[in-house]
Amino acid sequence: MKCDQCDQEATVHELRVTGGKRLERHLCESCARREGVAAQPPASVPELIEKFLHQAAKPPVQTAAGPACPRCGLAFAEFRETGLLGCPDCYQAFEAQLGPLLERSHEGGTHHVGKTPKRAGHASDPASAVAQERDDRAARIAALSKQLEQAVAGEHYERAAALRDELRRLGDPACPPPTSAPPAPPTGPTN
Amino acid sequence: MPPIRTDSEWLRGEGDATDVVVSSRVRLARNLANVPFVNRMSPAQRLNTLNTVRARVESLGLHMTWIDLHRAPLSERTLLVERHLISLQHARGRKPATGHAGTGQTPTRPAAEEPRAVAFTSPDERLSIMVHEEDHLRIQALRSGLDLAGAMAQADDADDRLEAGLTYAFGTRFGYLTACPTNVGTGLRLSVMLHLPSLRLTGNIERVKHAAGDMNLALRGFYGEGSEAAGDFYQLSNQTTFGKSEAVLLRELTGEIIPRVLDYERAARRSLLNRRRADLEDQVFRALGVLSRARLMTTEEAMRQLSLLRLGVVCGLFGAAPDARDRATRQPGDAESAHPDGSGSLDLATVNRLMLHVQPAHLQRVLGVEMDQDRRRAARATLLRDALAGV
Repeated sequence: MKCDQCDQEATVHELRVTGGKRLERHLCESCARREGVAAQPPASVPELIEKFLHQAAKPPVQTAAGPACPRCGLAFAEFRETGLLGCPDCYQAFEAQLGPLLERSHEGGTHHVGKTPKRAGHASDPASAVAQERDDRAARIAALSKQLEQAVAGEHYERAAALRDELRRLGDPACPPPTSAPPAPPTGPTN
Repeated sequence: MPPIRTDSEWLRGEGDATDVVVSSRVRLARNLANVPFVNRMSPAQRLNTLNTVRARVESLGLHMTWIDLHRAPLSERTLLVERHLISLQHARGRKPATGHAGTGQTPTRPAAEEPRAVAFTSPDERLSIMVHEEDHLRIQALRSGLDLAGAMAQADDADDRLEAGLTYAFGTRFGYLTACPTNVGTGLRLSVMLHLPSLRLTGNIERVKHAAGDMNLALRGFYGEGSEAAGDFYQLSNQTTFGKSEAVLLRELTGEIIPRVLDYERAARRSLLNRRRADLEDQVFRALGVLSRARLMTTEEAMRQLSLLRLGVVCGLFGAAPDARDRATRQPGDAESAHPDGSGSLDLATVNRLMLHVQPAHLQRVLGVEMDQDRRRAARATLLRDALAGV
């Protein structure tokens, strides 16, 4: 069904009965918002996670308790129930399940971007640590570039500027630091 | 038990945009490596971590007061919640899951007795650290008015200092690892407490809620998660913590979102003043009438009426409207100019202070006596009458 006011698909349907008269309106999301017709509020992160947990509650192939964390013994089924993980190692143990969940609930985030502790708790051999860091940086640059494109498309220039700064900090070749000094501001007539 | 003050940083009514923004808060969630998360810790692990963190906090030289919440009476814990130093959940305590790692025994201790603590800087209470809330550490910095950048800098500094002596749980892909994946990545929650009475009076608060949801933000009640909005006060905070840097999250909120909400509330306020002034004045002065005459007052009613009084103050109905630039240089005791119609002066700091003092634990602390609910209603009404007698 098309929206009463534009060509979009109607997703909000309002039925009002005033003085015995029946008034029906069928609107798309944006027209409904403009008209002040209450649509379902967008799902929050906890709601999305809860929804995911319910969906994930019936996986096609799963043993009775599902996979478990080798460190603390938490079964993935328990996480579905409480929404809480058991220990830091659970993130590694359930990476395959958590990755898509986090991507959906954190606006498409796939990798951590930002502060890093000086003494991170995950020890690994130096060679693989270097390789890991390189891969990680590439993944961060890819994720940030995607966000930058979206920010520019959506005309969110403040956000775009912050993302560009972040990409520069990571040494993205597509965002080189400014090489020449900016032109001097006009100083007015000299006489 | 060390003395806890009854005034507070977040209600000084100073700083930027105080007509709408009561306070700004930054929270960092951190966990220690090689220890289960709080919900899976054994009692022995809890005590061990508590001691480790306490030793680290005390070595920082930040002059922090430490309170073991599992030994604190309910009234003290409630006081700390009212002061926004701990969450409701932290006051109640969290029962560990049965079959937790460690002893393998089922804990029988009530949740309120589970070892947990809070440390906060004294006397300014700008920085606090909750130990064993949902995560091992929740570092929180609080500012009056709009100053998320200032709060961020303080929380970040405390985080650096703590980390120099603790090993955090961190993974290259997922960042700072937290018990709940809603906080993973930066572990950063930026929030502002907003007073939005004009948006409610003009029927637009639902729109703001929708817009907040669209932008992946949460609009919550006065005491955060799981609490109701009291007196048109709302906490606005980021929901995304993963895949964006701290700087980007801060810029999105301070550069794009908060200015828009400020504009909405101020436009609604102007509309009330220009088109419905008599109606607005009637509501504000009725509220003053009730607050300065009533004999029995519940917390909920006090907050509702004080919200209208606060709206009157920012609209200039009780003297000059507060101006952030003026307030920076004004001394707390300076009088505001009186309203031309002869009503007395009233400032933001007074209304903010009353909002805190009408809360149950503060009321009893201010008056120095424990009371049941009925006696509190009478005492609350008396406190308000005395405070507003000259207005």
